[in-house]
Amino acid sequence: MTNSISAVKPAFDVEEIRAQFPILKELVHGKPLVYFDNAATSQKPRRVIKAESAYYAKINANVHRGVHTLSTLATDAQEAAREIIRAHINAKHVHEVIFTAGTTASMNLAANSLGQLLLKPGDEVLISGMEHHANIVPWQLVCERYGATLKVIPITDTGELDIAAAEQMIDSSADRLKILSLTHVSNTLGTINPVKQLIADAKKRGIVTVLDGAQAVPHMAVDVQDLGCDLYAFSGHKMYAPTGIGVLYGREELLEQMPPWQGGGEMIDQVTFEKTTFAKLPFKFEAGTPHIAGIIGLGEAFRWMQDYDLEAMAAHEHALQEHATKELLAIEGLRIIGTAKEKVGVISFVIDGVHHYDLGTLLDQQGIAVRTGHHCTQPLMDHFGISGTTRASFAPFNTTAEVDAMVAATKKAVKMLR
Amino acid sequence: MNTSLKEAQQEIVDEFAMLGDWQDRYEHLIELGKELPLIAPELKTDENLVRGCQSRVWLTAEDRGEAIHFTADSDAMITKGLVALLVRVLNDRTPEEIMGTPLTFIDAIGLREHLSPNRSNGLVAMLDQMKRYALVYSSK
Repeated sequence: MTNSISAVKPAFDVEEIRAQFPILKELVHGKPLVYFDNAATSQKPRRVIKAESAYYAKINANVHRGVHTLSTLATDAQEAAREIIRAHINAKHVHEVIFTAGTTASMNLAANSLGQLLLKPGDEVLISGMEHHANIVPWQLVCERYGATLKVIPITDTGELDIAAAEQMIDSSADRLKILSLTHVSNTLGTINPVKQLIADAKKRGIVTVLDGAQAVPHMAVDVQDLGCDLYAFSGHKMYAPTGIGVLYGREELLEQMPPWQGGGEMIDQVTFEKTTFAKLPFKFEAGTPHIAGIIGLGEAFRWMQDYDLEAMAAHEHALQEHATKELLAIEGLRIIGTAKEKVGVISFVIDGVHHYDLGTLLDQQGIAVRTGHHCTQPLMDHFGISGTTRASFAPFNTTAEVDAMVAATKKAVKMLR
Repeated sequence: MNTSLKEAQQEIVDEFAMLGDWQDRYEHLIELGKELPLIAPELKTDENLVRGCQSRVWLTAEDRGEAIHFTADSDAMITKGLVALLVRVLNDRTPEEIMGTPLTFIDAIGLREHLSPNRSNGLVAMLDQMKRYALVYSSK
């Protein structure tokens, strides 16, 4: 399988893309659905839905253990998906792609296994002030277990990492700092972090680097070798694939050293009551029957993405974000939270005198799905001194007309609420 | 007490039946929220906070002999409107009436989605809390 990202792609046509998402024909409260909650979970193209159900309809069997035909077909389909993913993120080896239940499961695997491998009392783990709870809580738990300290890179008022502070924290940490775990793209703010530079700094000091790529993989080309990170986590359901499936990429040398986290079937070599030896990569980290249908769906979602020019998709989402920003700012008392120079198609905002719960409810009545609240980033909300935001997050199937509908609906809601 | 809890619910259903589309319903709800007597600022304590993920609700209860008197507030307008409706039907009633009468009006006026656990607006917790107060006062 070759990486087809660089192949010639048809011109970006939003209507052609929309036609592939059956859910976009649904009505909500009698109005056409405008779906702007893609950062929570994206919608799925028909191809992905079909691939997942075709597995159940035609080749359902447990993988890796059967001698019968269906088991072989299911295993082949699962492992073909692993190779597609390897190529897409440019991992060196296919066994560096570990299937998990999603980013949260990936981060828990990373934290638990790395914690056991690396952390001792007095050590430090460094995250940032814009992390999703999935990149905070697992580290808090392991830091507590091993007597290590969780440190936090401050963020600026524009919602960007304070790079000078980050570099200072990395450089001055001596050898106490063992792990740097950062979000590649902020789910709440849309900020694309300059992670490559920080990873390079950390690497020089032998610090293990982990990236939460949940919001990056759906929206940009991700090359794990170019980024230079040791581990990279992402979810399927935010990138047009089914729920309940995700990936933890890991550099082979590190994965070989990391102890398994969950035990059970699939991850073993030999089991006696005295001692168990573990399977080789990637199976060492994949205890139990995997989410085979989800894996096949995830592979199909990557195939679907590869049929397009990812840069054209990103440019489309960026244009929606810029248009939305411009139009929303015309609303009196509206403030954008997260004004970084480099952003994906995410726009978070607050309006004076308008509670996000009320706005979200009134937008829903008009068929528009946005997310309201703290977006699983409570420390970030505290930083900005707010209890929550209203967030619109875009996908390639969204249109300028939908943005205009959201802006008009927001104006109407504000009028009702003031 | 002039009306039964059942009658009070029917009044709300009739009131909402006269409203047209979603916009009228929500505008009415927002108005009700604005009219809700505010909870005294000193009672907006963590102790009286019914935690919701999206919006917050404060609730106090006072045992007035036979009946329970509630005051409540919310930081979100729509939640506050719903809070006002709950207070309107349950206020100054006996614990027996509060615990013994099913609340059907929210379904009937098409606002059930706000009592879905998915909303985490504090309303479900508020209703539970009101019934808990009733239970506590009934056993006194």
